[in-house]
Amino acid sequence: MDVQSWTFLIVGVTFALYIGIAIWSRAGSTKDFYVAGGGVSPLMNGMATAADWMSAASFISMAGIISFMGYDGAVYLMGWTGGYVLLALLLAPYLRKFGKFTVPDFIGDRYYSNTARTVAVICAIIVSFTYVAGQMRGVGVVFSRFLEVPINTGVYIGMGLVFFYAVLGGMKGITYTQVAQYCVLIFAFMVPAFFISMQMTGNIIPQFGFGGSLEDGTPLLDKLNQLHIELGFAEYTKGSKSMIDVAAITMALMVGTAGLPHVIVRFFTVPKVRDARISACYALAFIAILYTTAPAIASFARTNLINTVSEQPYADMPEWFSNWEETGLLTFDDKNGDGNIQYVADAEANELTIDRDIIVLANPEIANLPEWVIALVAAGGLAAALSTAAGLLLVISTAVSHDLIKKQLRPDITDKQELAWARSASLVAVAIAGWFGINPPDFVAATVALAFGLAAASFFPAIILGIFDTRMNQKGAISGMVVGILFMMFYILKFKFGFLGGGTADDWWFGISPEGFGTVAMLVNVAVSLVVSRATEAPPKEIQELTESIRFPRGAGKAVEH
Amino acid sequence: MNDNLKNYWKKNLRYLAILLAILFTVSYGFGILLADQLNGIMLGGFPLGFWFAQQGAIYVFVALIFVYVYLMNKLDKEFDVDEK
Repeated sequence: MDVQSWTFLIVGVTFALYIGIAIWSRAGSTKDFYVAGGGVSPLMNGMATAADWMSAASFISMAGIISFMGYDGAVYLMGWTGGYVLLALLLAPYLRKFGKFTVPDFIGDRYYSNTARTVAVICAIIVSFTYVAGQMRGVGVVFSRFLEVPINTGVYIGMGLVFFYAVLGGMKGITYTQVAQYCVLIFAFMVPAFFISMQMTGNIIPQFGFGGSLEDGTPLLDKLNQLHIELGFAEYTKGSKSMIDVAAITMALMVGTAGLPHVIVRFFTVPKVRDARISACYALAFIAILYTTAPAIASFARTNLINTVSEQPYADMPEWFSNWEETGLLTFDDKNGDGNIQYVADAEANELTIDRDIIVLANPEIANLPEWVIALVAAGGLAAALSTAAGLLLVISTAVSHDLIKKQLRPDITDKQELAWARSASLVAVAIAGWFGINPPDFVAATVALAFGLAAASFFPAIILGIFDTRMNQKGAISGMVVGILFMMFYILKFKFGFLGGGTADDWWFGISPEGFGTVAMLVNVAVSLVVSRATEAPPKEIQELTESIRFPRGAGKAVEH
Repeated sequence: MNDNLKNYWKKNLRYLAILLAILFTVSYGFGILLADQLNGIMLGGFPLGFWFAQQGAIYVFVALIFVYVYLMNKLDKEFDVDEK
C-alpha cells in the first residue's frame, strides 16, 4: 500500500472512532453540555486535558521551532509545562470547590459584578478565537499534504467533524473524544521518535538518545554544535536570545497557560477537589511524554537535515525534498549557481528556506520510515488540532449561552432553552472558526502572543487574587483586568503591528519582546488591583465568607448552577 | 474562619511557598540564570544547563504536582476538612 492509501485508512478509522464516541455520549442537559455531568474520572480528565492542551502547534510546529531555535526553544518547553504546576497548586482545586460552569462565572460571582463577568466573557472569546483559527488551518494543511485535497476541503471536513461531536455532545462528547484523540496523537508522535532515535543513536528511548552518541562516537549535541558553528549559526545548546527575554517569555507562557479558560474549565468536570488535584498531575505527566520527546526530535531532525542538504548537489536530493518543494514550504534558490545547496546563517549566501512546520511532518520521510508511520503522523496531527479546536469552541459557546444569555440577558429561560442556545452558539462558532481557517488572517502568528498575553494579563491575576486575597473587591479586580488588557494590547499593536509609532527590537522595553510582555502586563494588573482595592471599600461579608469557604475541600458538591 | 481552618490554610501556604521555590530554582535558576555555568558540566552527552532547560525542569514539574497532591491529601485528613 502506498502512503496515500495508508493515510485514508488510518485517518478514516480514527474519524469513525470519534463519531462513534460522539453518538454514544450525547448531552441531555446543560450540565452534561458544560461540564460533562461533573462525573469524569481523574485519569480520563488527565488524558482529555492533555489532548485539549496539545494543539496543532504542539504536535506539528513545536519540535520544528525548537530545532531552529536550539536552547531558546526551552521557553516553550518550560513555559507550557510549568503552567500546569501553577494551575494545580494555585487554581484548579479552589475553582473546583467553587463549583461553577465557566471561568467568567467565577469572575462574575466572586466580584459580584456583571461588568466583571462581561469583561471576562470578552477576554475568553478573543483568546479562544485567536487560538482556534490556527487549529482549523492545521487541519487544512495536513489534509492537503497527505490526502492531496485542497486546503479548503480539508477545513470543511474538519468543521463537519468538530460540529458533529461538539454540538451533539458538548463537554461530554468532547471529553471522551479527547481521550481517544490523546491516545492517537501520543502514539503517532512516539512511534517515529523511537525509530529515529534508534537509527541515529542506537538507543530506542528518544530522551536518552538525545544525550547519546552518533555512529562515529561523537555525542549528538557536540556534533550539532559543531555543524552550527561551521555554518555560522549560534551554538545549538546556547541559543541567541537575551536572558531577560527568555525569562519573560517563559513566565508569560506559564502564567498564560494557567489562565487559559479552555484548560481551566476541564477541572470543573471531575467529581471532587482531590480529583481536580490529581488529574492536573496526570495531565502534566501525559503532556510531558510529548514535551520531553519534542526537543529530542528537534535535535535529531536538525542533524539529519544539515547532513542531508548541506553542500550536497541539488540534483541528488531525495524524493521528499521535491514533494515539500511543491507545497512551497521548502524553497531552494541557487544563488551562486554551483548546483550545490548552501544552507548557512548568512541570509545573503543562504540558498535554502525551510518552513519550521515541515520538521515533524517530513521527519518520517527524511528518515526513510515505513509508509504507515507517515500516515500515522497525519492522523496524529489531525487529532491534536481537532481536540483543541473542540475545547475552544466549547468555551466560546458557553460564554455566550451561559454567561451572556442565561446570567444577564434572559435569566428566565429553561434548561432546555439554554441548551438550545449553547448548541446554536457552538454552530456559529464553528462557522466563524472555519472561515478563519479558509481565510487565515496573516496576523495569526502575532495573535498567539496576544492570546497568552491576554490570558496572563487578565484571567490569571483576577482568579489568583480572588482566591488568595479576601480583601480583593470588584473595583480592584475590574480596574486591574482592564489596565492589564489595554497595556498588553498597546504593546502588541506597537511592536507587532507597527501602530502607535511602531518600533524595532531595539526599542523593546527592558529588552522584552511582545511574546514575553504578558509578564509585565500581569504584574501591572496585580499592582493596580491591590492599590485600587485597598483604596475602596471591602467586599460584602458573604463574598469574604465565600472566598474563605473555597479554601478547604469539604462540602464540594458536583459543579452546579447555583 | 475558626482556628483549625486558619492553621490549615497557613500550612497550605507554606507548602505552596516551598514547592513554588523549587519550581523557580529549577526552571529559572538552573535552566536560565545559571545555564551557562552549568553547561560546563556534562550529564552523559548533555551540557547540564541545557538538559535542565529542555528536559530536567519538566520532570521536576511532574514530581512537584505529585508531591503536592500527596501532601494536601494528608493535610486534609489531619485537619478534618477532607471530602467525605
